[in-house]
Amino acid sequence: MGLAEKTGKGTYGLQLQTIKSKSALTLWGRSVLFYFFQFYLFIFLSILNKIYSIIYTPLAGQIWIAINTNNQRKFSVFQQQTQSYHFGEERMGLLSRKATCNSHGQDSSYFLGWQEYEKNPYHPLDNPKGIIQMGLAENQLSFDLLESWLAKNPDAVGCKRDGQSIFRELALFQDYHGLPAFKQALVDFMAEIRGNKVTFDPNHIVLTAGATSANETLMFCLAEQRDAFLLPTPYYPGFDRDLKWRTGVEIVPIHCTSSNRFQITASAIEEAYRHAQKQNLRVKGILITNPSNPLGTTMTRAELDLLIDFITDKEIHLISDEIYSGTVFSSPDFVSIMQVLKDRNLEKTEVWDRVHVVYSLSKDLGLPGFRVGAIYSNDPTVVAAATKMSSFGLVSSQTQYLLSVMLSDKKFRNYYIAKNQKRLQKRHRKLVSGLEKAGIGCLESNAGLFCWVDMRHLLSSNTFEAEMELWERIVYDVKLNISPGSSCHCSEPGWFRVCFANMSEDTLKLAMQRLKSFVNSTTSSNSKGHQESKNLRQESHIGKWIFRLSFQSFHDREQDER
Amino acid sequence: MVAISKIATGNGHGENSPYFDGWKAYETNPFHPTDRPDGVIQMGLAENQLCFSFVKKWVIEHPEASLCSAQGVNKFKETALFQDYHGMPEFRQAVAKFMGKVRGDRVKFDPERVVMSGGATGAHEMVAFCLADPGEAFLVPTPYYPGFDRDLRWRTGVELVPVVCESSNDFKITRNALETAYEKAKEADLRVKGLLITNPSNPLGTILDRETLKGIVKFINEKNIHLIGDEIYAATVFMEPEFVSISEIIEEVECNRDLIHIVYSLSKDMGFPGFRVGIVYSYNDSVVSCARKMSSFGLVSSQTQHLIASMLSDNDFVDSFIVESKKQLFKRHKYFTWSLSRVGIGSLKSNAGLFIWMDLRKLLKEKTLEAEMDLWRVIINEVKLNVSPGSSFHCNEPGWFRVCFANMDDHTMEVALLRIRTFMLKHNEAMVPQKLCRRSSLKLSLSRRRDGFMSPSIMSPHTPLPQSPLVRART
Repeated sequence: MGLAEKTGKGTYGLQLQTIKSKSALTLWGRSVLFYFFQFYLFIFLSILNKIYSIIYTPLAGQIWIAINTNNQRKFSVFQQQTQSYHFGEERMGLLSRKATCNSHGQDSSYFLGWQEYEKNPYHPLDNPKGIIQMGLAENQLSFDLLESWLAKNPDAVGCKRDGQSIFRELALFQDYHGLPAFKQALVDFMAEIRGNKVTFDPNHIVLTAGATSANETLMFCLAEQRDAFLLPTPYYPGFDRDLKWRTGVEIVPIHCTSSNRFQITASAIEEAYRHAQKQNLRVKGILITNPSNPLGTTMTRAELDLLIDFITDKEIHLISDEIYSGTVFSSPDFVSIMQVLKDRNLEKTEVWDRVHVVYSLSKDLGLPGFRVGAIYSNDPTVVAAATKMSSFGLVSSQTQYLLSVMLSDKKFRNYYIAKNQKRLQKRHRKLVSGLEKAGIGCLESNAGLFCWVDMRHLLSSNTFEAEMELWERIVYDVKLNISPGSSCHCSEPGWFRVCFANMSEDTLKLAMQRLKSFVNSTTSSNSKGHQESKNLRQESHIGKWIFRLSFQSFHDREQDER
Repeated sequence: MVAISKIATGNGHGENSPYFDGWKAYETNPFHPTDRPDGVIQMGLAENQLCFSFVKKWVIEHPEASLCSAQGVNKFKETALFQDYHGMPEFRQAVAKFMGKVRGDRVKFDPERVVMSGGATGAHEMVAFCLADPGEAFLVPTPYYPGFDRDLRWRTGVELVPVVCESSNDFKITRNALETAYEKAKEADLRVKGLLITNPSNPLGTILDRETLKGIVKFINEKNIHLIGDEIYAATVFMEPEFVSISEIIEEVECNRDLIHIVYSLSKDMGFPGFRVGIVYSYNDSVVSCARKMSSFGLVSSQTQHLIASMLSDNDFVDSFIVESKKQLFKRHKYFTWSLSRVGIGSLKSNAGLFIWMDLRKLLKEKTLEAEMDLWRVIINEVKLNVSPGSSFHCNEPGWFRVCFANMDDHTMEVALLRIRTFMLKHNEAMVPQKLCRRSSLKLSLSRRRDGFMSPSIMSPHTPLPQSPLVRART
């Protein structure tokens, strides 16, 4: 199988080489049938001199075609509907379905933008015209705080305790219950972030290799294959991988809209629940991110109350992913689901056992490389099962030790939380005002490392196709990698997630300048561009066929996942 | 009340097996030389603690590797932010080189094929997820590591079909046994997706010879099924014959390389189980790409990647570590088996691993698994040693026990040996009155004893020891 794949790729690459198009070509191929299809398509289009590039994402079974129309590029996507024939029994039968299907979701445009960024990354001196990465929710604003703490506490990183090396002890430590000192420090940190209005019991916490693993582990614990979880949209694109891929669990979206600032309503939840039932899916729970990724907003107490009522009524679980809880930089204050349970005197009730919190230090402390995730659950059975499962992805003992020392330093801990939030607030303000100058608004937010930016007025039409078109221009022309709302399963086209904490202030300033001049140029030439693209569609039958096909399949794809 | 999943409530994690029971017994009353001299000694844990002073010295001499010198702190930000699931390039390179060195540099490993995972545990599950769908099966020669039931089956829904190996031929994997297992799986309507071998074997401590490996490669090619070679004990081969990796065999015989996957880890060879460094090395491009995506569920901490990359790129250190580790294991193994043989306890002849496969068949009241469990309870409750019964390794012959020897210091080992000696003396005395009143059982026990001693696999105390591993490692 691997052999066939390789030969196919080579041959096709060669054919394309000989054609020598004007523009760069990128493709990955997998299925021989598709090579032919692509090949003929390519010939047609290159004869028409319209092609810009074809990108084939093999596991997704999607073909991305960028078409050059004078100075405008169209981006279209094809869904390979016949995927199973190619990858199923015949060629890939030796591997599992998981290995050959696309539910890891890594071929979505969210990741495609990253690929483009990697080819041409911005650097102030070496590559000042490169793409600026604004798709990465990383917190780089407070590293100096961590570094100065480390400089004062060399023992923690050097695996020493009271000057004595504990390297041996650490290297051998493989108890999946985790280092008690680390778990204690972690729950204290979590309580601190929640203003100490709630406390956490270290015996209820399970350590996992990042939130990715925490979320998957909870799915394995709570649901069977073909059970469903309801997720409010827009949601983090990685959830498709984390929740669905290896577990076989389905995600059913709860549609939230801009009309009420994407808040969760009773009717939206009910509708999602009914929709799941119609598809014969048993709903096992709801998963929320609070503060929300990608919205950057915290949930209101009314929303949280609504969720508690709903899961009480339907007897289902609630997972609250609170990995951004430490990034809440302005009012209203963050309210954890645990606090709501406490305030409503629901401790030690049935509902109490059905609420689970996911946490991580990747965002709040800005340490994604260290892979520290955690599950907090009130149900001892879930804690026991998840602890056993954590064997598949434990946190390195070296890292546990370092962080246990760091987070048990109460003074540092509080200083960091406060200082970090201040810096985030300042940076957030910079982004919002930069966008304003370009005439772009965004959802009012008070948390996270990003803004949910409203570019609906820049769309040529109110469609996802237009969103992709705009996104593509922002990536290729404006040279900013931002994430389109469709990759977050947003049901309204025109929204984008823009990150602000993973770069320097100067870089952010430059990004805003680029965006401003882009907006200025489009508003002056917008109508012309429209006319041209319309002309193209009428010009060629092939073009028409492509657009129709791509438009439909894009929506099929959306529906598949609904 | 809404149920949680069957996986969460079920028994698939296998932690209720005696293998883990023994651990619990140990945990309630662990041995300590001064605080708890009567406590249970942990001999169920395959840990390598013999080389720590050596590694510790390196860590102290290289503070930058732990990010704690002035130079190290500069790297902190970069390291802490690193979350690419491909892993740090220098980490992958260092691991690939180390894998080559452990195999005597007879084969080269491509860093592009090194996929990391959360320990070998995560690696095995990942491979199972990539290769098989729920309800499909892997063949596994017995006796095998009890954790496989959790690692390969629990969350994946994959089945394990035992390939029954027996003491009569030193637990060798024969073509016949493979075919029988394959047929059995087919009869049970299971689609066989692969064969999993542990080489060097856990719990046997033996390695697979070249001919057996060639036979296995032929078998899996004929059946067109995958071969997973778990080689996490590769560097623990402390005496002749030399370790042969599956990666060498596929250079020698015709083989569809898309079927070959190696699981590796630094938990045993380096003795770093706490760092959770597991590796999947596949010759199949699709598996590499899929496993990489899955590795998101169990990435190695970048702090640890940085440390390991620095440590394993130090050639002099790695070379001397490999030699030193083998030397220590050889010494401990030799003394341990010799001491046991002096009190009449034999074991399977072995040259690798951190344990021996101890033969207590002659101490069983009868040839059943219940009798094995009875004896095991006596060992844990009275002799106060946590050893692992063969049944927990799915061994179909009662009376074998895995005893780990590398997870304790010299003093603790002496205490353990003393306890075994005392027990055996008491047992031998007790045998006398038993002889008088229960003739039939005596006969049985004698005959079994003869079997045990006549079996060529049992290492005699006077067997001349093969050449030192030091000599070999230098050549």
